Amino acid sequence: MSIDLKTIKHISKLSRISVDEKRAEKLAGDLNSIFDFIEKLNELKTDNVEPLTSVAETTLKLRSDEVKSKNIREQIIKNSPHDNEDYFVVPKVIE
Amino acid sequence: MSDITKQSLTELVENIKNKKLSSTDVTKAFIERSEKSKELNAYITEDFTSALDKAKKFDQKPNLDLKLPGIPMAVKDLFCTKDVKTTAGSKILNNFVPTYESTVTDNIWNEGAILLGKLNCDEFAMGSSNETSFFGNVQNPIDKDLVPGGSSGGSASAVAGQLTPITIGTDTGGSIRQPASFTGTVGLKPTYGSCSRYGIVAFASSLDQAGPMAQNVRDCALLQEVISSYDSKDSTSINFKRNQYSEELTNNIKGKKIGIPKEYRVDGMPKEIEDLWQKGIQYVKDCGAETIDISLPHTSYALPTYYIVAPAEASSNLARYDGVKYGFRAKGENLIDMYEKTRSEGFGAEVQRRIMIGTYVLSSGYYDAYYLKAQKVRKLIKNDFDEAYKKVDAILTPSTPSSAFKIGEKTDDPVSMYLNDIFTVPVNLAGLPGISIPAGHDSKGYPLGLQIIGKAFDEQNILNIAFAMEEKINFKNKITDWWIK
Repeated sequence: MSIDLKTIKHISKLSRISVDEKRAEKLAGDLNSIFDFIEKLNELKTDNVEPLTSVAETTLKLRSDEVKSKNIREQIIKNSPHDNEDYFVVPKVIE
Repeated sequence: MSDITKQSLTELVENIKNKKLSSTDVTKAFIERSEKSKELNAYITEDFTSALDKAKKFDQKPNLDLKLPGIPMAVKDLFCTKDVKTTAGSKILNNFVPTYESTVTDNIWNEGAILLGKLNCDEFAMGSSNETSFFGNVQNPIDKDLVPGGSSGGSASAVAGQLTPITIGTDTGGSIRQPASFTGTVGLKPTYGSCSRYGIVAFASSLDQAGPMAQNVRDCALLQEVISSYDSKDSTSINFKRNQYSEELTNNIKGKKIGIPKEYRVDGMPKEIEDLWQKGIQYVKDCGAETIDISLPHTSYALPTYYIVAPAEASSNLARYDGVKYGFRAKGENLIDMYEKTRSEGFGAEVQRRIMIGTYVLSSGYYDAYYLKAQKVRKLIKNDFDEAYKKVDAILTPSTPSSAFKIGEKTDDPVSMYLNDIFTVPVNLAGLPGISIPAGHDSKGYPLGLQIIGKAFDEQNILNIAFAMEEKINFKNKITDWWIK
């Protein structure tokens, strides 16, 4: 299998990380060597194996739907890189 | 004052309890040594002034019934600490100050310990050498220009260099055990679900676990006792009967059955590692345990499985870093452009690489071939251990396929870097506890570790085996304080 530049561009778009041509070429090389290594899994037949999604064999617990954290607006906004007191601010979305 | 930092946690606790030392004495000593040790680059954030205030406060009204009375401690910068900057070793969190505390660190402060500062680590814990940190390399106290391992590299360096009496790290694929092995210290990765993940910056949620790193097994057991707790704020936290690990610690391991898995004898493994392993086998026999040859047939598939599962989970977890709610934000022409530039400038190369692998294996058309396949192989790997544990109580392996390497030696080849975790990754995939203890030196004088893997929730058993072996091995770490001028 080979990951080409077009695929890198596609993944870059999906992961919202912009990459220039030079980075894209380096990434293609890296990802190809990593996937060569991963291909080893194809040696195994796994048709009848159940996938393991979590090693913690518990079911999610239910709890009553109560508000526990009150008046934390300030805390939530505190680390925002660009805030306007009560809101998170982003570049203009609607003209 | 200088000999204070040479004391183990257990000795310090004892000396504070019988009033031979005050918390202020101890805190001052570790701060002084930390200040002389800047060259190691173990800290990202120092909190010394506040630590000293807390120590003085403790001494005014000391509560000596606590398990860590007035003990100063630095922690990996992956644990959220209220009002103290938490970066995860990343530029994207360079200005992040949590408004809440992780459960694990909360447990530690509740037992009387005092935060010294936040320790360097690979960016988002993705790395095996601490070289992916935005805040620079960490030096291994063993030798200059030697990596301390990773991702808990700052933690390992700080314990080995006696900048902190003890610390906590996190382990997703070996990030506690491998740096412990590289620095001649003890590191425990607990059973998945034993320590709460609440407030730990997430990397791969089905694998991440916090654990103690220490100078000896008893200290490690004491800290594990403190950090392990059931927590309703972590949906994968497990409610089981937790031992008083340090109080129940015993070197009596007579009759224990220890498995020796033949698949860990990998191609190209240095003879020194094989010899160390054989020595380890002899040590456990000398302690009265029995060794049994076992097979874990899917071992060689663990690393490829890990490099699908971990990046997949990481790509999902790290989607939250969008420059809107917290962290670094780059300027962009529009919303999408801002996202893409923020993530491109905010994440380092290794993190971007893993997000891309993860995004690819989860993307339409590839999910079944990669992600689902990996989850199935993960099941086979866990089955191997389940099968082995019908015959044995624990498993003994080397911790790493080599001793610590030079800074820069493996940075150009991601796969050779990944191979470092070949013996530690299966433990995370199966959710088991594993401990690395220093067991000898290679020809260069660098420390080498042995790993004991236990059944799920059987931390006490592997701590006991490690404790018994530690007595036999009588390891002495060769620290020359070369960095102190």
